[in-house]
Amino acid sequence: MRCGMPAVFPAPAPRRAPADHEKGSLMESFIQQCVNALQWGSFYALIALGYTLVYGVLRLINFAHGDIFMVGAYIAFFLSTGMLAEGGMFGFSRELTLALTVPLTMLLTSCCGVTLERIAYRPLRRKGAHRLYVVITALMCGLILENGNLALLGASRRALPELLDKRIYSLGGIAVTNLKLLVIFTAVLVFVFLHGIVTRTRIGMAMRAVSYNRFALPLMGIPLDSVIVFTFVLGSGIAGLGGVLFAMSYPVLEPYMGAMTGWKAFIAAVVGGIGDVRGAFLGGFLLAFVEIMVAAFLPSTFRDLFAFSILLLILWKRPTGIFGMPLTTKI
Amino acid sequence: MSMRIRVLGLACMAALFLAGGARAAQTVKIGFPLELTGEIPKVGESSKFAAEMFKEEINAKGGLQVGDKKYPLEFIYEDNEARPESAVNVTLKLIERDEVIAVIGPQSSRQAVPAGGVANDNETLMISPWSTNPDTTKDRPWVFRAAFLDPFQAPVAANFAAKQFNAKTTAVIFEISNDYSKGLADNFKDAWTKRNGKDSVLAFESHGPKDQDFSAQLTKIIALKPDFIFLPENYSFAALIIPQARDLGYKNPFMGSDAWGSAELMSLCGDACKGQFFSTHYAAAGARGATKEFIDKYTKKYGYVPDDLAALTWDAVRLVTQAIQAGGKVEGNIRDIRRIVRDKMAAIKEFDGITGKMSFDEQGDPIKCAVVVEITNDGQFSFKESVCP
Repeated sequence: MRCGMPAVFPAPAPRRAPADHEKGSLMESFIQQCVNALQWGSFYALIALGYTLVYGVLRLINFAHGDIFMVGAYIAFFLSTGMLAEGGMFGFSRELTLALTVPLTMLLTSCCGVTLERIAYRPLRRKGAHRLYVVITALMCGLILENGNLALLGASRRALPELLDKRIYSLGGIAVTNLKLLVIFTAVLVFVFLHGIVTRTRIGMAMRAVSYNRFALPLMGIPLDSVIVFTFVLGSGIAGLGGVLFAMSYPVLEPYMGAMTGWKAFIAAVVGGIGDVRGAFLGGFLLAFVEIMVAAFLPSTFRDLFAFSILLLILWKRPTGIFGMPLTTKI
Repeated sequence: MSMRIRVLGLACMAALFLAGGARAAQTVKIGFPLELTGEIPKVGESSKFAAEMFKEEINAKGGLQVGDKKYPLEFIYEDNEARPESAVNVTLKLIERDEVIAVIGPQSSRQAVPAGGVANDNETLMISPWSTNPDTTKDRPWVFRAAFLDPFQAPVAANFAAKQFNAKTTAVIFEISNDYSKGLADNFKDAWTKRNGKDSVLAFESHGPKDQDFSAQLTKIIALKPDFIFLPENYSFAALIIPQARDLGYKNPFMGSDAWGSAELMSLCGDACKGQFFSTHYAAAGARGATKEFIDKYTKKYGYVPDDLAALTWDAVRLVTQAIQAGGKVEGNIRDIRRIVRDKMAAIKEFDGITGKMSFDEQGDPIKCAVVVEITNDGQFSFKESVCP
């Protein structure tokens, strides 16, 4: 279904019939676009997973999540420039820097996510505030993170130093870098890991239980707050990982970088069926495929117009997303 | 208690108001709606630095000589966040609340085109140092600029690229929501097709203001094998697009435009931008005379070589102060003063700026030379060629 998408909107008729060798290059550029979409989709998927986890457990749309992703990218920037040889404090090699930056960024970004939960969401939850207010709080937290960054670090853009010796593998007309392969591989690995946690472990079972009935849970002796904190640790950690990889792939960092990407990832999660790990993963790739293929085969001016119209059509057919189940409210 | 606080507050406000009013009569106020944050913060920073340097120099001598009195300069900086709607708001604020004599900025056409409308409607002189889109000044008698126009810049870039790269075909990527980028891309397309035939622009691709991934557009372009890619983009986009194109296996050169010329380009783009060319307003490396003097002073004060923004802002401030001096009056009805200053500005026929000699046409646009610079291996923008109208 996803790869069949361009067939629905065929390329505008070329001015002349393509010669045989041009058909070959058309195929090549189609495959290249698929690779592009896989890489871009990996970022959407990584962010969408965080949205879906929190929503799945708390029924809360954590609109600050895109900005937590931004914080992850900045943490990666400071860690790696601090550790690298030239002008850095420790003078580590690139490989060591990368190996240390990834886990440390994930850890620190998790702390950021948990802090938000502690100071913003938990007090509201304790007071029994309606979900709407928590969502608005999340939006505000996102703005605070963006503008706090702007106030603290200034508007200058930062460039992440190169942490990976970039290699370009080309096969015919298709070019792939080792970084792109790493990104796609990581996204798949994270999905498998997360899916495993949610479906196969005790804590995963507890998470599903929170989502099923949050009020009965303490009666069963399950510590609600720890489960929620664990959810935020997971979601933010993955956002941090996404931030590192994003900063390596698109090395121009700015305070608002998470807003747009975050919103789009949220849409991806909704289209996939928010609350479902598989849905977020597939939704991320679906959105990237639609975006890239629209830009590839139609004038790029219409990219977002067509991309989001297609997503609207999908939601129109399946209002709860691809993997979503119709939700019946109890009480 | 609360009543007393309120009275006290009112008194304080009144005092401030009076103080402000009293001060306004004695200084020469110029407003700067600049891109201090947003996507091109270095643009605002360079402009502000240049203006501050000018102000300090004049104020150290006791102020600006207008008529037989000296008035200290007062520059008011506002952040337009690199957004058109904010540019309109802050320009209006400068004109109405701060009652400035003239406005310098915004820099980018995306902001300067709407802000120019506001300045013109409110009959206040505005000079945009950096805006190159014709619409900024078109049919607006109150709006001027210090930079050349895109219809002039586009053929400069096209002719240079055709000669330098021995190119027959090209492709363009531009930002759809940016008046500067879109206008220059259109002008370039016209110039190139006029030179090399109808189908010589192989691809004409756009992207949005917040995009970070350009792989779809680039893949499309690379499959068509153009001799070079023209990027009329802000430096922050150039720094993303060029490395991504290299990752996708593109080996031919890029040609850029004056929006590349920020001091921040090299720290963001790194090695990928070395060896590329772009058209711009001045070349810092190898400058002489007053230009060199300016570069040395700025470098000493702020620690980096001034970019074209700083140089153009310097020229714009000099133009405005020259017009104010020619008017010979800064006290009295602000509307009258503004009218005198605008008439004197329009009367300036020849101006010897640090970005070259310029003369102004009836639209308020300067006729001046453009230069093409090469980004050298040590990250300098070195002079390659000068093209005069």
